[in-house]
Amino acid sequence: MGAVYRKEMRSYLVSMIGYVFIAFILLMMSFYFAYLNLNLASPRFEAVLESIRFVFVIFVPILTMRVLAEEKKQRTDQLLLTLPLTVSDIVVGKFLAVATLFAVPMGIVCLYPLILARYGQVNLAVAYMSILSFFLLGCANIAIGLFFSSITENPIIAAVVSFVVLLVCYLMDDLSSMVPNTASASVISFAVLFALLAAVLYNLTRDLWGAVITGAFLITADVCLFIFKRTMFEGLFHRFLNMFYMTGRLENFFNGILDISGVVYFLSIIGVALFMTMQTLNKRRWS
Amino acid sequence: MIEVKNLVKKYGDHFAVNGLSFSLENGKIYGFLGPNGAGKSTTMNMMTGYIASTSGDVVINGHSILDEPEEAKKCIGYLPEIPPVYPEMTVSEYLTVVADLKRIPKVDRKSVVADAMETVKITEMKDRLIKNLSKGYKQRVGIAQALIGEPDIIILDEPTVGLDPHQIIEIRELVRSLGQKHTVIISSHILTEISEVCDYVLIINHGKLVAADSTENLEEMFAGGNSLELLVDGKKDAIVRTLSSFGEIIKCDIADYDEEQKAYPVQLKVTNDADIRRGLFKAFASADMPIIEMKSRMVSLEEVFLELTRDIDVDKENDTDIDSATPGVESEEA
Repeated sequence: MGAVYRKEMRSYLVSMIGYVFIAFILLMMSFYFAYLNLNLASPRFEAVLESIRFVFVIFVPILTMRVLAEEKKQRTDQLLLTLPLTVSDIVVGKFLAVATLFAVPMGIVCLYPLILARYGQVNLAVAYMSILSFFLLGCANIAIGLFFSSITENPIIAAVVSFVVLLVCYLMDDLSSMVPNTASASVISFAVLFALLAAVLYNLTRDLWGAVITGAFLITADVCLFIFKRTMFEGLFHRFLNMFYMTGRLENFFNGILDISGVVYFLSIIGVALFMTMQTLNKRRWS
Repeated sequence: MIEVKNLVKKYGDHFAVNGLSFSLENGKIYGFLGPNGAGKSTTMNMMTGYIASTSGDVVINGHSILDEPEEAKKCIGYLPEIPPVYPEMTVSEYLTVVADLKRIPKVDRKSVVADAMETVKITEMKDRLIKNLSKGYKQRVGIAQALIGEPDIIILDEPTVGLDPHQIIEIRELVRSLGQKHTVIISSHILTEISEVCDYVLIINHGKLVAADSTENLEEMFAGGNSLELLVDGKKDAIVRTLSSFGEIIKCDIADYDEEQKAYPVQLKVTNDADIRRGLFKAFASADMPIIEMKSRMVSLEEVFLELTRDIDVDKENDTDIDSATPGVESEEA
């Protein structure tokens, strides 16, 4: 893992993308910092972070698109996978490298609340908690970008897909409010979702019966639950969709609540995304 | 020591590798021979753990590539078909990264990289970006990468493809010198390469092993005796009559009359140790039919290869015949 990490860091040091990313994040932060905190004389540093949550949608896809797709394109994955390394060494090493790159501007940003504190009362605990949550959100986005980089060997496709997915997650608050809240709408939405899941399952495994049985089981369970516990379904799909509204999880931190469930949420997303990335790499070896 | 046990790789309904079994001793140079698409690269990719087999196993120095992949991979240096290089790195940077990935301690890395560059003669290129190197040099960087860490087994997939004749000779010499310390496996569809460098040849076709033996044995076995080629000036039936007095002739082909040479080309297969050239000369001389040309030759590996792979095509539907038609296929004494 260490060797993969060092190799990745080295490639960021010699290529432009790392520096551009750091500069861009810093530029955005500093711009909003100068405007919101200095110009408007507000002590709330979290307001800056709140305003620039959208940067991930733009910059994470660009940063992560090449990480695994390029290896496959250049056939260097053949080197990595035939060296005495495990798939998790590769994936985790690469993830940590991107996360480190993101940690650089975040580390610099940690100075900003101190600058503010020189001129007035600043709640530093809230400010640093917000920075931490912002960093976790970034890492979760990076893990998702990494996953989409593993499913294709074309970096552009990886970038477009992760852009769309991150954008949908970013807008999920608005999108989910468009879904009707009634129980019947929920049950139908879930049925469609399970059917899609079965289709994906079939696509991955080529096991028609397995996919049909899984899909049928889930849909039956969905309908049975609907019949017996109708009230449970009210607004359920809405809540389900909101699970993907990652940026919304920052609210508690910005309001000064140390939201442990939020931390667990981000760590879980990172874990699931990295696990799926490993599985994608493994699957390619087995198919 | 590599043992390949009943290796199968299936893509959909197509068998890329179909029940391959063999075992390779230490300290020899092995050649994988087969036409394009025979399953050479797939086999090598499975031996090195890049792709997993559908069934069967590869055991390297006692470590199964499926159960103990890390231990097994430590024993192997692999150059895939396309050298897996990072174009934006310099040669020495790249090799240092590989040394790091192969867990060479930091203090040794420099000397290990220098040695590898020296072995493949790319020391003078060490500060060049790999993307600016020619194909031949990239190939050497790929080989240097495989050599780092002195693995017991070095697997090179078509190491001479796309190189000029000079480079091919150099790589061949390199492979030969590597064979003194390592077990080397190279694949190729170029026969001269295999017959010149390798001690032992494995011929693969349609994902199956069709022959496995030392280079000399294969040639001998398929010769089925010596071959003679003659050009005889005379009547066809007279030639046949003359030849029929020789019991040593196994097979006799008389081609159509050659207008240019004014003679019949004759091909003879003769039992192994018999030398009938003098007898033929006398017999044809006394029959007043001048022999314009006569040459004796051994069957080359190329013909062995063509013979074996043609058999497969004919018997594609009926696999059982192949084994009986190919001596050496059962030989697993290696």
